[in-house]
Amino acid sequence: MSILEVQNLTKKFGGITANQDVSMTVEKNSITAVIGPNGAGKTTYFNMITGVYQPTSGTILLNNEKLNGLKPHEVSKKGIARTFQNIRLFSEMSVLENVLVGMHTHIKAGLIGILFNLPAIRKEEKASEVKAYQLLEYVGLAPLLNEKACNLSYGAQRRLEIARALAAKPTVLLLDEPAAGMNPKETNELTQLIKKMRQEYNLTIILIEHDMKLVMEISEHIVVLDHGEKIAEGKPEHIRNNPKVIEAYLGSGAVQAG
Amino acid sequence: MKSLWKKYKQNKLVQGILLLIYISITSLSLFMAQKSVTAFLLLLSSLLLLYFTNFKNLTKWLIAGIVLVFLLPFTASNGDAYQSYMEVATLVGIYISMALGLNIVVGMAGLLDLGFIAFFAVGAYTYGIFATVQASNFMPFGTFPLSGESFWLFILIGCFVAALFGILLGIPVLRVKGDYLAIVTLGFGEIIRIIFNNLDRPVNITNGAMGIPSVTPPRLFGIDFLYPSQFYYIVLVILLFTIFTVRRFEHSKIGRSWKAVRENEIAAQAMGVPLVRTKLMAFAIGASFSGMMGVVFAAKQAFVDPTSFTLLESITILVMVILGGMGSVPGVILGAAVMTILNLQVLTEVTSWLNQLNSTGAFSIPDALSPSKMQRLIFGLLLILFALYRPKGLLPAKNHVYNEKELQEGSAKENKGKQEVMPDHSQIEKAQEV
Repeated sequence: MSILEVQNLTKKFGGITANQDVSMTVEKNSITAVIGPNGAGKTTYFNMITGVYQPTSGTILLNNEKLNGLKPHEVSKKGIARTFQNIRLFSEMSVLENVLVGMHTHIKAGLIGILFNLPAIRKEEKASEVKAYQLLEYVGLAPLLNEKACNLSYGAQRRLEIARALAAKPTVLLLDEPAAGMNPKETNELTQLIKKMRQEYNLTIILIEHDMKLVMEISEHIVVLDHGEKIAEGKPEHIRNNPKVIEAYLGSGAVQAG
Repeated sequence: MKSLWKKYKQNKLVQGILLLIYISITSLSLFMAQKSVTAFLLLLSSLLLLYFTNFKNLTKWLIAGIVLVFLLPFTASNGDAYQSYMEVATLVGIYISMALGLNIVVGMAGLLDLGFIAFFAVGAYTYGIFATVQASNFMPFGTFPLSGESFWLFILIGCFVAALFGILLGIPVLRVKGDYLAIVTLGFGEIIRIIFNNLDRPVNITNGAMGIPSVTPPRLFGIDFLYPSQFYYIVLVILLFTIFTVRRFEHSKIGRSWKAVRENEIAAQAMGVPLVRTKLMAFAIGASFSGMMGVVFAAKQAFVDPTSFTLLESITILVMVILGGMGSVPGVILGAAVMTILNLQVLTEVTSWLNQLNSTGAFSIPDALSPSKMQRLIFGLLLILFALYRPKGLLPAKNHVYNEKELQEGSAKENKGKQEVMPDHSQIEKAQEV
């Protein structure tokens, strides 16, 4: 069953076409990778799905519901969460607070309730703190809960972004280069985390990644972009041997290595 | 020396005794030597000492309450300087409240606002117009001035009108960011002032540059509030409400969303924080504190005119926030207190002392160099020094520290609950497989 359907998505910035008629169908509970050389329009593609950019033409359907025209926070409410290529944490806030912000839409408290500190609001706040802490335990950052986010190491920051995205209770999670800047050991841990997450949180994951080992290992479906156009799509083993993809992105070495 | 300091930091009893001695000495000396400004200021700074003790929050509030409600007015009440002391204390309260409001906009939500005094003006004019005959110029019904009892209602009205103006300012302003935002808010502040300055034609609403004289004093149970010593208590109550509100918001969903927007707008949106609503709320809540104090200010001065609401005032409040520590509530309170006292007390005192020396002929200083004229110079120097050596302010903002143990226990409890449910689930699956 498909959960996310993207049809003929096009984005133009002035005279430059960042995405041209890119379509994609994402199966529920699957892991899909979007790959391609730098400047291929992968992040633009993500930005359109999450509402940061409005597409020039084309439609995005989540569970057959149109997402076009929605603001980013509305898209988030529909159940799409994401992480960012260049880490965007709330750097001056504590680690736990970062995750708590992720829960924003699920905390019901209103102006009056907060002002009068009603018991229900207090209880809700305590419960969300515990939930946030559990998410930190999940990604292995629990001991650092009161640390400022900017003081964390690179890999830890990436994991915190994932915890924050999970806090929004998404059905679809977009990861923009989650392994960028990680060493092989960290990448390996991340791979395991992504697999585990999908199962335990019943997630559909779409990721952009340059690390081909990671991509080939976990993704069930791969979409290849080049110059804003989709040049190939299919299972990892097909993509690996696709001459078009090899020419544009992988290079002939990848065939032997893989 | 260091070990002694460490011991002091851990020992509550020693802290309590020291605080008690300090407070009694300063209040006694204020009581005996009425004219001593130093004693007055030292008594006020006992609150700072109190802040750094290890007492529970409730104890701190209680002690601060005793000092502010009883001790300070009582010990100062013995001489001629009483009203001038209370005037200073009242103004300190007004400025702290405004600085806390601006702190929400600038410190927490990260929106640089250079026209913040406009909301203060809106509050002041709201009461000023309706508590004088001014309102009869354009109101078709009702008798004006309204009675002094309406003042209490007007505190609320001032709060809402200012919040409304905050939203009105917010809507066009939210399209711009950073430097442009500063310019637009600066323009807004000036526009409000100039409108008040010119709204005497075609219908005389604000009486223009002449200002609105003889504003009705507040009245409660037949008593008119005329003196700073009386306004002191009104300000104290509103200030308490302000601090309380800011504290509540700071550690809630709303406060977190303000900070998230300040730190990274795109990420905040992606996490479901509505940008426009969050920013508007910061503007409205920040402005409302200012509006309330505006009403009090109009009643206290009994006179409102546009010259009280210049750009310089906006910048002064901004300096209070920066000096104290952006986003830090205790910092901003300290910053506002220091700035106001420096402005009203210290500089004028030094000037009069120099003048005294001058008149006795012991020492001569040209008039142009008198410290009260160097106010801006001193502020400028202070700002430069702070930007260089303490960019996060006197008391930098701190994040709320969560209790790790409590969370661990809560988490363990929930996990346990889950595990008890889980086996059932797997059994069902097994049954299905069979």
